[in-house]
Amino acid sequence: MTAPSHRAFDTAVPLDVPEDLAGFETPHPSATIGGPRRVRLGLILSGVFVAFLIAASIAPSLFTHFDPLVGDFSEGLKPPGWAHLFGTDRLGRDVFARTVFGTRYSLLIGFGGVAVGLGAGIVLGIIAGQRNRILDEAVSRLFDMLSSFPGVLLAMLIVTFLGQGMLNIAIAVGIAGIPKFGRVVRAQTQLIRDADYVTQAAIYGLSRWQVFIRHVLPNVLVAIPIIATVYIGSTILIVSGLSFLGLGPQPPTPEWGVMLAESRDVLRVAWWPGVFPGLAITATVIAFSVIGNHLQQRFEGRLA
Amino acid sequence: MWSRIISRLLTSLVVAWASVTATFLALHALPGRIQDILAGDVEYPGLREAIAAEWGLDQSLPMQYFEFLSRILRGDFGTSYVLRQPVIEVVGSQLLPTVELALTAGVLAIVIAGLIALLTAGRGRLSRELASFVELVFASTPVFWLGILLLMAFSFNLRWFPVSGAEGWSSLVLPAITLALPTAGLLTQVLREAMEKTLDQPFVTTVRSRGVGEFIIRWRHVLRHALLPAVTLGGWLIGGLLGGAVITEKVFGRPGLGTVTLGAVLTHDVPVVLTVVLLAAFIHVAASTVLDILYVLIDPRLRAQ
Repeated sequence: MTAPSHRAFDTAVPLDVPEDLAGFETPHPSATIGGPRRVRLGLILSGVFVAFLIAASIAPSLFTHFDPLVGDFSEGLKPPGWAHLFGTDRLGRDVFARTVFGTRYSLLIGFGGVAVGLGAGIVLGIIAGQRNRILDEAVSRLFDMLSSFPGVLLAMLIVTFLGQGMLNIAIAVGIAGIPKFGRVVRAQTQLIRDADYVTQAAIYGLSRWQVFIRHVLPNVLVAIPIIATVYIGSTILIVSGLSFLGLGPQPPTPEWGVMLAESRDVLRVAWWPGVFPGLAITATVIAFSVIGNHLQQRFEGRLA
Repeated sequence: MWSRIISRLLTSLVVAWASVTATFLALHALPGRIQDILAGDVEYPGLREAIAAEWGLDQSLPMQYFEFLSRILRGDFGTSYVLRQPVIEVVGSQLLPTVELALTAGVLAIVIAGLIALLTAGRGRLSRELASFVELVFASTPVFWLGILLLMAFSFNLRWFPVSGAEGWSSLVLPAITLALPTAGLLTQVLREAMEKTLDQPFVTTVRSRGVGEFIIRWRHVLRHALLPAVTLGGWLIGGLLGGAVITEKVFGRPGLGTVTLGAVLTHDVPVVLTVVLLAAFIHVAASTVLDILYVLIDPRLRAQ
C-alpha cells in the first residue's frame, strides 16, 4: 500500500499554518519505542537483520543449498520442517531458498526506486531551496501536482507507458516518490542556506556561487544517505505491492511480492507459502525504518 | 480568513490544471506515435484513424491541448479501444464497490486510530511502548499480505466470511479491515503524538485543576485539539485508500476500479488508466482543499488572522 512516507521530514503544511500549530512532528513509531536502552536493542537487532539481508542479496547460496527455481514435484507442498525450513511450494521448490534469493530483488528495486526519486528530488529540491520565490513556487506546485496522484496509481500509469519489469517499476516508484524526496531536500537546503556559517561565508566576501558550492551543497548532500535509509522501507513496501499485482518481475522469479501472488492458489491447503515471504517484507521494512529513524534523530542537530 | 480560503481554492485549481497538463505532456513526450500509444495492444482496421480523429491529432499541438482540456472539463475522457466503450462508462460502472470499500476502510481506520490514541496517549511507558510497536508493525505490513493472512484465518479456516466477491456486507468485512489496519497504523502514530503534545499544554492543566475527569479531558478537550494536525493528513488518507483499494480488490477478487485498472495496465489500455489516475488526483485535490478550508473554519486562531 502507499505507505505515506514516514513523514518526519515532510514540511508540507497547508495554508501557511503558523509553525506552532502545525509543528506536530510525526516520527515513525520506532522513534518512540521505550527508553534509550530499548532503542539500542531494537537498533542492534535491526542492524544485524539488515546485515543478513545484504549478505543474502550478495551471496544467497551461503544460506541454502536448494535451488530457488527448480523443485522436486514429489516434494510439493511439504510443511515447514528440518528438511525444508519454510516448507515447499506447489512445485516442490524450497520456500526458504526462494525467500533468501528474493532478498536481492526487493533491495535492488527498492534502492533503485529511491535512487531515481532522490536523484530528481535533489536537483529540484536544491532549485526550490534557493532564494528565488518564483522558482520555489513553481517547483513546489510541481511537487503538489505529483503528490496529488496516489503513489500506487501513478506507478501503474508509468508501468502502462513503460511496460512491466524490474527496472520499470523502480523508475515508476522513483517518479512517484519525487515530491517526497524533493520536499525534504528543499527544507534541508533552506535550513543550510539560512544557517549562520553560511551568512558568515557571504560576509567574508565569497561569491554566491562559491558559498553554494563550498558550504551549502556539501551540507545538503551529507543528509542524503540518511534520507535514503528513512525512505527505503516505504519504497520496498510499494514495490512489493506492484510486484504482487504482477507489474514487476515475472514468475518464476523468487521475488517476495510475486511469491505471495502465487501462494493465493494454494492457501486453502498450505499456509506457509503465504506467510514467510510476507514476514520477510515486514521485517525488512521495520528494520530499515528503525535504523533510518535512529540516524535521523542522531544527526538532526548537526544537519539542521 | 476569506483571502486564505480563496487563495487555497486557486492553488487547488492550479494543481488540478497542472496534473491534466502533465498527463497531456507525458502522452506527447513518450517515444512513438500517439495513435500507437493509445491503441496499446489492440489492432483492428480503422482504429488508428479513429483515434487520430477523436484526439484531433492532425491539429497543431496547442490546439490539441485546448481540445484535451475542454473535453476533460466536459467529462469526456475518451474511448477504451480495448473494451470499445467510452472510458467514463467503464470507470463509472465500477466506481461503487471501490468507493464502498475505501469509505468503510477509511471510517474504520479513523475509529481505530482515535480509540488507540485516546486510550494510550500519555499513559504509562508499557502501554505506550506496546502501542508504538503495534503501530510500527501495521505501518510496515503490506496490505496484500495482511489480506492473505486474514483470508487464511477467517475464510479458509474459520469459514466466517466468503473468500471472494462483493455481495452483501459479509464480503466487505475482510477487505475493509485489510485496507484499514495499515492506514490506522500511521494515523494512530500521528494522532497519539499530537495528543501527547496537547496533554502537556497549560490549558489541559487548567481543565484538570477544575476537577474534570480524565476521560472527559481527553475526549472533549485533548482529542479535539489534537485532531487539527490530523486533519491535514486527510488528503494523504484518501490517496492511500484509493491506491490500497486497488491491491485489496486483487487479493479478495472483488470487482471494482482496481480490477479495471489492473486489467487496463496489462492490456496497455492507456485511456482507462489515464482516467482512473486523473480522477483519483481530482478526488485527492478536492478532498484536501475541503479539509484545509475546514481547518481554517474549525480553528479560531486561524480565523482571526
